[in-house]
Amino acid sequence: MKTFRYLPGVATLSLDDTTCVGCGMCETVCPHGVLKIDHKKAAIIDPDGCMECGACATNCPVHAITVTPGVGCASYIIQTWIKGKEAATCGGGSCC
Amino acid sequence: MTNPCSCRPDCCTQGAPAGCEKISSPFVPLPAAAPKDIPCCGSPITKPAGPHEMPGYTICQFVRNFTETPTGRVPIIDTRLTGRDWLGAFRVRLGIFRDAYQVAPGIYGAGSPGPDSPVLVTANYKLSFDTLRRQLGSVDAWIMVCDTRGINVWCAAGKKTFSSQEVADRAVRCNLTQLVRHRQLVLPQLSATGVSAQKVKQLCGFEVVWGPIRAEDITRFLKNGMTADETMRRVTFSTTERLVLTPVELYLLAKPLVRVLAAVFLISGFGPGLFSFHAAWSRGLYAAAAFVLGIFSGAVVMPILLPWIPGLSFSLKGATTGLICAVLLPRGLSGTAFSALMLVVMAVSSYLAMNFTGCTPFTSPSGVEKEMRLAIPLQAVAMLAASVLWILAAFV
Repeated sequence: MKTFRYLPGVATLSLDDTTCVGCGMCETVCPHGVLKIDHKKAAIIDPDGCMECGACATNCPVHAITVTPGVGCASYIIQTWIKGKEAATCGGGSCC
Repeated sequence: MTNPCSCRPDCCTQGAPAGCEKISSPFVPLPAAAPKDIPCCGSPITKPAGPHEMPGYTICQFVRNFTETPTGRVPIIDTRLTGRDWLGAFRVRLGIFRDAYQVAPGIYGAGSPGPDSPVLVTANYKLSFDTLRRQLGSVDAWIMVCDTRGINVWCAAGKKTFSSQEVADRAVRCNLTQLVRHRQLVLPQLSATGVSAQKVKQLCGFEVVWGPIRAEDITRFLKNGMTADETMRRVTFSTTERLVLTPVELYLLAKPLVRVLAAVFLISGFGPGLFSFHAAWSRGLYAAAAFVLGIFSGAVVMPILLPWIPGLSFSLKGATTGLICAVLLPRGLSGTAFSALMLVVMAVSSYLAMNFTGCTPFTSPSGVEKEMRLAIPLQAVAMLAASVLWILAAFV
């Protein structure tokens, strides 16, 4: 989304283009147009547009994409700091 | 009264009306045509039970009819929302009964679906289901509702309740291979966070076709031979989309606010005579106004003005709107007191704006965490400084 930008240089998205088979699935599922097929290989064309939803990594058939997906929600992150990642919930169903 | 004996013996508690013969058998057949004038119980006999009614079940109001299929009876849904659906949507947007707004998982039909109709997959949050069905118009399709625990598509995919396993299991349980001749499932693009097309194919043999992000594009997508153009593939975050999220944020704040305000009134009571109930009330009202203003700034003003406020970090944007909203603080305060309350407005607004990251479709968790590590200590310092200044102001 070009009209909405967030902090640059933080997204954990990475792509191993030697493993990539150029199937284009990542380009299809990315809601922000971060990945694009170029010369039969995927390329990260807008790394700062990545919101780490993990759709590309979940759907890469050869596991060429890695990203640490997560919930980009402050109250959830506070819970992970206090209770640890396992016990953190999305406010007992009161969010999302 | 034309026919006083039409009273049903099993429901009448007042005995037979005068002039009515006492009937020995309690099993009296109902008259073939219900008379207009019923002498007891008040309610006229309306209509008999429908052919689809079953003991222990109620038919959902959005079900228009049922169709017989090789896999059994399938409900055909109405593609127009009624006042009740809109009221339900309005209620959950406010945050009321949000956790129990679900539809039963399984297969539904829209229009007159047949063995070649597409299968559209969605979540069992009723708001998601309603959003999809009102877009279908006269389209003939099957709707496969997954059990996402009443959570919307994207959040459920993020929490992995909308998963490859759930989609495949649901397809098997719905006997899709008996219902349709093709082997394709249309999934909303945003479910890709939890669903792997490859895995679904392995698990149940159905190919995943990634549908558009927004339900409003579904008919165009189907007309285009199941292809999505670039606009269908990109998330948006329009003013309306941001605006509908604000009531829930406010609703969730109501509970913690009670505790916070209790503390605010308590702190406001400290002064030259150690503690004064009069000051707790009169000064407390000023401080409470600052909190309300901070909430308004961080949970309403900032989300609406989001794209136009300079900067990238949400906490900074919130502090900015807080600074501007502070001009609305009540007049007649001393410089120290005003500074204290201005800090309150800015800190509260900054914190809530930071929390709004969870509602947006573009902030990365890594970014949110980075921002929070810097912003939370600053917000805490601002609140502490505000408390000290506020107590000091009582002595000046």
